[in-house]
Amino acid sequence: MLLNGIKKKSRLLSDRMCFIWVCIFSALTAVPLLAILGEVFVRGCTQFSWDFITDPTPTALKAMMAMRAGEAIPGGIANGIVGSLIMLGMAAVVAVPVGILCGVYLAENGKTRFAVIVSYLSDLLQGTPSVIIGMITYVWVVVPMRGYSAIAGSVALFIMMLPLIIRSTEETMKILPSSLKEAGLALGGNNARVMLKVQLPAAFGGIFTGVLLAVSRVVGETAPLIFTALGCSMVRWDIDKPIAAVPLLIWEFFNDPNLQELIWGASLFLLMFVLCLNITAKYLAKKWK
Amino acid sequence: MPLLTMAWQLTKLMTMNDKIFKAILFVAALVIPLICGGVIYSLTIDASDAFNRFGFFEFLTSSDWDYTIDNERYGALPFIAGTLLTTLLALLFCIPFSLPVSLFIGEYFKGRKIAELLGVVIDLLAGIPSIIYGLWGFYTLRPLIVALDISPQGSGILTAALVLAIMIVPYAASLSAEFIKMVPNEIKESAYSLGATRAEVIRDIVFPVAGSGIFSSYILAIGRALGETMTVTMLIGNTNQLPQSLTATGNTMASIIANQFGEADGLRFSALIAIGLLLFLITAIINVIGKFLIKRARIM
Amino acid sequence: METEKPIIEFKDVCVSYTRNTMAVKNVSAAVERNSITAIMGPSGCGKSTLLRAVNLMHSLYPNIKVDGEILLNGQNILAMEPIEVRRRVGMVFQRPTPFPTMSIYENVLAGFSLNGIRLPRSEKEEIVEQALRSVALWDEVKDVLNKKGTFLSGGQQQRLCIARALALKPDVLLLDEPTSALDPIATNHIEELLLQLKNDVTMLIVTHNMGQAMRISQRSMFMYLGELVEYGDTAQMFAAAKDERTKAYLTGKMG
Repeated sequence: MLLNGIKKKSRLLSDRMCFIWVCIFSALTAVPLLAILGEVFVRGCTQFSWDFITDPTPTALKAMMAMRAGEAIPGGIANGIVGSLIMLGMAAVVAVPVGILCGVYLAENGKTRFAVIVSYLSDLLQGTPSVIIGMITYVWVVVPMRGYSAIAGSVALFIMMLPLIIRSTEETMKILPSSLKEAGLALGGNNARVMLKVQLPAAFGGIFTGVLLAVSRVVGETAPLIFTALGCSMVRWDIDKPIAAVPLLIWEFFNDPNLQELIWGASLFLLMFVLCLNITAKYLAKKWK
Repeated sequence: MPLLTMAWQLTKLMTMNDKIFKAILFVAALVIPLICGGVIYSLTIDASDAFNRFGFFEFLTSSDWDYTIDNERYGALPFIAGTLLTTLLALLFCIPFSLPVSLFIGEYFKGRKIAELLGVVIDLLAGIPSIIYGLWGFYTLRPLIVALDISPQGSGILTAALVLAIMIVPYAASLSAEFIKMVPNEIKESAYSLGATRAEVIRDIVFPVAGSGIFSSYILAIGRALGETMTVTMLIGNTNQLPQSLTATGNTMASIIANQFGEADGLRFSALIAIGLLLFLITAIINVIGKFLIKRARIM
Repeated sequence: METEKPIIEFKDVCVSYTRNTMAVKNVSAAVERNSITAIMGPSGCGKSTLLRAVNLMHSLYPNIKVDGEILLNGQNILAMEPIEVRRRVGMVFQRPTPFPTMSIYENVLAGFSLNGIRLPRSEKEEIVEQALRSVALWDEVKDVLNKKGTFLSGGQQQRLCIARALALKPDVLLLDEPTSALDPIATNHIEELLLQLKNDVTMLIVTHNMGQAMRISQRSMFMYLGELVEYGDTAQMFAAAKDERTKAYLTGKMG
């Protein structure tokens, strides 16, 4: 009985310890988030201004002169913002319809062997390291076009977005009540009509959320752009020439000691953009459900 | 009569329309296999130079990385070793955090506001771009490691693995939490009714029942860590030798590509493509196994 | 001396889920040793809630509050550690819940392994055989003890769960509609089993099925809207219920 009492105490103690371990270590995971957000905000805010968004990146020489003179580095990341938007736009224009159609195909034919294989391959593509996407786009686009370009960059982003959109479309379509489709068919619509007029509009919220998440996932990607878009210090609208992107600029600033001061402003911009998209998407997802 | 023919024609058109619609869907679905097949085909073609020159197994086991003209020799071993070391180390650092988080969300505070809050924290962590993790690691963690006298230059396998661990916690934790949540309440209550404490129920019931799901979450987390590029490139020190210790500098398969692919041509280009092919195959295998296990665990 | 005291005594027991809704209101009753007591009532009347309170199941859910006293052999269990109470009070749930990752053998011993008790092999085997024999499952499963418990049929699984609870030699066994997920033959089997077990353990059984209450219980409680309306001898209650609500329920005019 005494032994039992000791045993009971130690069991209750280890139960307590387990709970404390869970609470403390869970709380600790918030530390890096706060540390990263804090550092980027505090160091980025000092550079952030309207000019920072509307001016292109200064040349290294200009930056050096400014530093010598003890002034703040002039210029900003307008070229990167424009480049990112161009490439994201081009990638999304192709990836959204193709991804939705493919997702619909998977939702409709989920059990066939071909659909299962496509589904696995889509997961595989989603898990493929982004640097390899960059590499393959280099081989496929940059080499034949004899040069880096916005097109190449958007192809890389397209390949990264596609599986994300497919997955979210498929999942949204699958949770739609089958009565919706049956009701449409019962009214005499054919499959195509019911899909386009009834099912897809009903799934719009879920798919839109998926697209937003896909964009937020790829907007910060750096590795696939290094060997495709390369970067450029001017604001540029040509899609067959090298172009800048915000994450590429951060990478440039990181490697160029003269421009290092600009890192935090650019990071703040990127982080805010990604997190806003992310939070909006999650909010919409909740509302939609 | 004309009404009937019209109706008949309309039906015909619609079925035709349906067929066209199906064909379009099929073509869209073909894009994915085409891309995947294309990736393997192109990488294999371009990697063949390096494999032919050095031999497949020699390429894998050689630790030379020399691109001086006329003396080019390439081997993938340092990068394979670097990738495995950073990934395993990251996993090791990740588990003591991701496991409590998944228990917090999936068991202790299941369905409560505070669990939702932690879920948001985890989501936000997962949303931060990897280049920003790299910056934070470089400007905050690296000086700390120097100050603690762990390694003189601060960058290296350990530093990269630490940041990598933070990056994969959200993936491992949120997926494991999903499986922990799925353990039926009735089964847990039966265990409690036999006099078990909560910790004992977690150890003897929750973990075994959700085990395969938790295991597959970690497999997928490994898949992410293997291919993570920018963070590692910024923190690992970028040296091309076989790492001698955990605090030594090195390179992973992804980081050597990020570092050198832009300036590479000829044999070095082929060797880098070969490393890319290897990395692609490794992550593909890991991901397919992970997804397969997850699908099976979800059914059970 | 002890045998004369009631084994369980409810004293003004109230259970509330949130501040305003009372699931169980001021229940006071004493349960006789070595008998089967049935708790009946329409769904939502608080009968399961009351039963679960005896096993302190409410302590798993922070928003449930229990007031009053529940005495087990004279001790108020509401003031005791749940893990201690639960070893003396076994529980069987609506649906069979064999632990899916454990074999039949391990399932029977789960009460010991979960509590961190290590037993010598010979003792383990004795406990397993005795527990399985007591639920008449031994002959059916003695050759497949290493198979997972989930391979058994529903009725067998439920008997395994009873064996698992009995292995710890509890004073009281709580059964929460133990046959509601089973077919009539398996139900019959379990009922016979419970009658045989009566001499070793006191049972409290929540049931939807009036026939079942009549067949196996000696005493019955009838609950309605959280209140204990009537408590007494089963045969008497079925023959001539005192309360109108009980009468209505037993004659099928209510829920």
